[in-house]
Amino acid sequence: MIFLTIGTQLPFDRLVQSVDAIVGDIDESILAQIGETPYVPQNMKAQESLLPREFDEAVGECRLLVSHAGIGSVLTAQRLAKPIIIFPRQASFGEHRNDHQLATCKKLEGRPGIYVARTADDLRQLITRQVLKGPNTGVDVAELEIVTNLREHLSLTFGSTF
Amino acid sequence: MPKLLAISSGGGHWEQLMLIRPAFSDFDVLYATTLDGLPEKYGLENHTLVPDCNRNDVKAMIKSFFKILWLMRKQKPDVVVTTGAAPGLMALAVGRVFGAHVIWIDSVANSEKISLSGKIASKFVQLHLTQWEHLASGSTKYIGGVL
Repeated sequence: MIFLTIGTQLPFDRLVQSVDAIVGDIDESILAQIGETPYVPQNMKAQESLLPREFDEAVGECRLLVSHAGIGSVLTAQRLAKPIIIFPRQASFGEHRNDHQLATCKKLEGRPGIYVARTADDLRQLITRQVLKGPNTGVDVAELEIVTNLREHLSLTFGSTF
Repeated sequence: MPKLLAISSGGGHWEQLMLIRPAFSDFDVLYATTLDGLPEKYGLENHTLVPDCNRNDVKAMIKSFFKILWLMRKQKPDVVVTTGAAPGLMALAVGRVFGAHVIWIDSVANSEKISLSGKIASKFVQLHLTQWEHLASGSTKYIGGVL
C-alpha cells in the first residue's frame, strides 16, 4: 500500500494529480490524504484529513509514503522506519508562503530512506521502482545531541531547585 | 519539581517537540498543541489544547492569546519551550511577562534562514536555538538538531 499525504495545512493538488495519474498504471492500493480541495482523484481513494492516530496507522501499514516535503511527514516516516518520497511545495505555484520545502529537499537528499522527487517524472520513476529502502533503524540508539545539551542548559539554569 | 510548559502547533512542529521531550525529564511538564489527538498518540497524560492561529488571522490570534494567558496564570511554569509556530511565540511572550525562562527552538524546516516568528522571539527569549549549525550567530545558538 502507498500512502499519500499533503500535510495538515494547505491543499497541494499538483502532487495529488501527479500521483493520481501514476496509480492508474500500477497495481497497488493507495490511500490518499488530500486536504480541503475541490479536486476529485480519478484513480484512488481519497480523504480530506486523518486523525493523528489514523495517520500513524496508515504510515505503519504502507510500503511507501509519498508526501509534501514537510518535516512532520519526514519525522513520522523515520520513526516508523518507512521509505518516504518528498515532493516540495513551491511558493511560485502558490503552494506555500515561501520555498522552505525546496530547502528541506536540498538538505535531506541522499539520506537513507529519503527520496526527493522534483517533477512528476521523478515521482513516477520512484513510485514504480519495486524496492525503496527505508531508513536505517536500530543502529542509532544514542540520545540526540540537542536533547543532551538542552537538558544540561535546563539543569544549569534550575540547578538550585533540583 | 519545577514546571515546564512545552507548546507547539500540530504537524512537524509537534513531531520535533516529541523528539526533544526527553530533555524535560527533570520537570513537571504540561504539553499544549493545536491538534486534538496528538498528545494521546504519544500517551501524554498532562496536556491541553490551544486554538491554532497565524499572523493573518487576528480573531484566531486573540482566541489563542486568551487561552495561553489563562494557561500561564493557572500553571505558572518556570520554563516555556516551543518549536513554533505562532501560538508558541505568543506563549513565550506571555511566559516572559510572567517571569518564566523561555526557549525558542526554530523548526528544522528552516534550513536557509530563521523563521519570522523565530526572529521576533530572538528579541526577548533567554535561549534562542536553530537546528542548523550554519544559521548560528550572535545570540542564536546551535546545540544540535532532530534531523
